[in-house]
Amino acid sequence: MLWDTEPGVLVARDLRVRRAGQYALDGVSFALQRGAVIGLFGPSGCGKTTLMRSIVGVQRNVTGSLSVLGLPAGQPELRHRIAYTTQAPATYADLTVHENLEYFAAITGAPAPRVAATIEHVGLSGLEHRTVASLSGGQQSRVSLGVALLADAEVLILDEPTVGLDPLLRIELWSLFRQLAGAGRTLLVSSHVLDEAAHCDLLVLMRDGRILATGAPADLCSRTGTTSIEDAFIALVRRGDRVNAS
Amino acid sequence: MTGATARRVLRTLRHDPRTVALLLLVPCVLMGLFRWLFDNAPAAFQHIGVPLLGIFPLVSMFLVSSITMLRERRSGTLERLMSMPIHKLDVIGGYAAAFGAVAVVQAGLVCLVSTLGFGLDLDGNAVGLVGLAVLNALLGMALGLFVSAFANTEFQAVQFFPAVVIPQLVLCGILGPRDLMAGPLQWLSDALPLTYAYDGLTRLASGGAFAGTVAADVLIVAAYSVGALLLGSATLQRRTP
Repeated sequence: MLWDTEPGVLVARDLRVRRAGQYALDGVSFALQRGAVIGLFGPSGCGKTTLMRSIVGVQRNVTGSLSVLGLPAGQPELRHRIAYTTQAPATYADLTVHENLEYFAAITGAPAPRVAATIEHVGLSGLEHRTVASLSGGQQSRVSLGVALLADAEVLILDEPTVGLDPLLRIELWSLFRQLAGAGRTLLVSSHVLDEAAHCDLLVLMRDGRILATGAPADLCSRTGTTSIEDAFIALVRRGDRVNAS
Repeated sequence: MTGATARRVLRTLRHDPRTVALLLLVPCVLMGLFRWLFDNAPAAFQHIGVPLLGIFPLVSMFLVSSITMLRERRSGTLERLMSMPIHKLDVIGGYAAAFGAVAVVQAGLVCLVSTLGFGLDLDGNAVGLVGLAVLNALLGMALGLFVSAFANTEFQAVQFFPAVVIPQLVLCGILGPRDLMAGPLQWLSDALPLTYAYDGLTRLASGGAFAGTVAADVLIVAAYSVGALLLGSATLQRRTP
């Protein structure tokens, strides 16, 4: 586990979340630093979304401690400083791209000129007056990402923003994430496609509501004596099972 | 933020001209149907037409708002809003302002068509009646927002209409005088907001002034609307399971 002496931008200690009688998060601890692309990886249903919802402050039944930018998660002030995209593109399907961004800009207090700039940023120029419902799935998820970029938040929590997109677009998005991290933003990006792990500075690998390992991609490979993140993940799962069995 | 939310709700409607046309034209057509049905009984048309003015907005806004809010909950937009610096009263207030504005147009239009086209007599109280109709619309909206919390699908949401609104219609006095109802039904009728809306509407249209009993009716309907709005806002949770 990555216990630094620095306070960290996202710090969790023994985080547990009960959902439908089971622990969706079962004792999660980490301390993650500012200005990085942090990948949250693990199979579907392992608790990635629950963890992200807890960080954003919309998850009920959270115990343990969780702080974001030094403040307890869910604190009203943080709503100005965190941006979040849900797994499904949470936008108004009946409204145009421009109308969607304009509305969320009003809510987050983003200045009006940012709407046009953001549309360009996510590559939707020329489509701004189409309704979201008339766009392709990939375009819709870019509208949703655009909403998260509007407020120029310090922390971006992006739940599977690249899933289902074509490879070229995925590369573009990862380089956009890198650019944002370079500008001092912290991004927590979830995915269940381990191939994408190479784009991250730091990985948090999850399984069954627990953290399997945290570290830089190369670091995790060398620790497990493997050459790919996929193999490293498998090695870590087997090691964990052996520990549990003994 | 309330204003931005109201504008957003109205824009959604603007992209859906068919819904707008149905909202505005159906009440007028139905009123015409009643006029035709009671062609030889103007008193009966008067008896049923006036309360209908106030009931149309309640019914439409109940349906529109329960479906809109259900979509907001299901599509993730509500979760996204709740992660942003918006107060839930801004959400509720935005809805109320938008649907209230639609109700003004709807009730105004049906009022105009009924008096000029179908000879309904409002005894000079058109403004008061439209006002009460708008209040009814807000009551319908508040009830719709509230029940949307208990529906997982649009099928379920529309089924709340017969469950929540029809008993009120049956017991409000429009189908038969309240004094002739069995005791328990009268008590139930006393407890339902539409009873007071109906009472206020009929009194206003038969020459009653905006005072005394009518004012009490208005206050009671307003109190129920505020109560339902508060219940509705209680179902908008920032943190969900």
